[in-house]
Amino acid sequence: MAAPSLRQASVAAPLGVARLLAGVRDDNRPVALRDHAGLYGPLEHVGAELISILEESRLRGRGGGAFPTGRKLAAVTGERGRPVVVVNAAEGEPASSKDRALLRLVPHLVLDGAAAAAVAIGAREIIIALARGHRDERAALVGALKERRDKVRWSVKTVPDGFVVGEETALLNALSGKAPKPTVKPPYPFERGLGGAPTLVQNAETLAHVALIARFGARWFRSVGIEAEPGTALVSLSGAVRRPGVYEVELGTRVSELIQEAGGATEALSAFLVGGYFGGWTRDPAHPLTAAGGLGAGVVIAFPAASCGVRESARVTRYLANETAGQCGPCVHGLAALASGLEEIAAPGRTPDRRVQLARWAQQVTARGACRHPDGAARFVASTLAVFEDEFSLHLHKGRCSGQDRGVLPVGSRR
Amino acid sequence: MKKLHVDPIACDGHGLCAELFPEWIELDDWGYPIINPAPVPPGLEAHADRAIKECPKVALRFVVERANGPVKR
Repeated sequence: MAAPSLRQASVAAPLGVARLLAGVRDDNRPVALRDHAGLYGPLEHVGAELISILEESRLRGRGGGAFPTGRKLAAVTGERGRPVVVVNAAEGEPASSKDRALLRLVPHLVLDGAAAAAVAIGAREIIIALARGHRDERAALVGALKERRDKVRWSVKTVPDGFVVGEETALLNALSGKAPKPTVKPPYPFERGLGGAPTLVQNAETLAHVALIARFGARWFRSVGIEAEPGTALVSLSGAVRRPGVYEVELGTRVSELIQEAGGATEALSAFLVGGYFGGWTRDPAHPLTAAGGLGAGVVIAFPAASCGVRESARVTRYLANETAGQCGPCVHGLAALASGLEEIAAPGRTPDRRVQLARWAQQVTARGACRHPDGAARFVASTLAVFEDEFSLHLHKGRCSGQDRGVLPVGSRR
Repeated sequence: MKKLHVDPIACDGHGLCAELFPEWIELDDWGYPIINPAPVPPGLEAHADRAIKECPKVALRFVVERANGPVKR
């Protein structure tokens, strides 16, 4: 299939892996529009053909769902009514910081992507949804919007802090002044979203990629990464590494390469959590960072051997149980039961081995909620049971713990 | 192809459906229905209809699978 013709970009496309983060200032202040345009060139709107360019780029959503971005835009245009664009920057996952980093450091990249997507689907209104606690990001956005002259109506709105708020339908409910809880699908937001309009909800990082694909094309995007999953992705790396932070990696990069990029581990590691609290554990340093490999919204945590995976995971499971929207029985009761089961094992002293029951519950709650919250939590628990087998044995049979709860896995407190 | 679907938000775990259609619906440890994802055989549709009708929360319904794309209500 031939690539739709693109106007010649006036500036050379970034080579290598630093794409989204290529222009980040040393003082970490937001990149001004002039400097942004100087680095990437001005954004020439490519109109509706952006949709096929995105399809050809094979860009997938970077908010965790990995849905093909081009197909999502196309779906919105297939509906009746003028569409609306919502930039999802709620970033409720405690260990994730990449969307906030983009908004603080390179806000125009996200805004360019949102504007390009809006033009492509015929939207005139763009709503940027930020969590209440994200004040610096809000300030950076408001400043950046003052520099722009787009033919769209922008608004920056705050939604409550919380894990489930970033789920598309929960986000739209929050923006409509309703409780920030998911609703059953269908209808999907692309069919009936904000005020009943077909609504394109895109993660902030996804839109930053759109901004560059709109300039440099699908082939450029695909020139890094792997065949099945081209491009780069932002990773929020934390845990026992010398330089934790947000990294831009080629998809397919191995966990060990990322850790090396971050200056290496600061102590012996026992496992890596890939994909955050909807993801899973691996002990394999060669594990590839891909959506198929469970990268989700791009969280990687290097877990030190001196902390106890059972105790920390029990704490996270309780957090996820508390973060349920409280609407669906299997999620409300199932996640609470999973948390209690893990807490019982994690507590001092020997306990009966109920791992088979926990694994069964994890399987049972999967796909039985209005959203994927139970699925994600169940995946995390199942993976904890599988990967920390030795640590579990020590707790169950000897009543001892291999380490302590060092608090490596953060559980956000609501602001 | 008709499949049974429960609205997980509407469902309160009354459990009538599992009593009326045990061939297709079992309850989890908290009393919420786990539904066989396979299409309901025509011979059992009458049982399914009764379970749908008796649900106090009107949470149970048939969905019709289309050849391509998501389920249609």
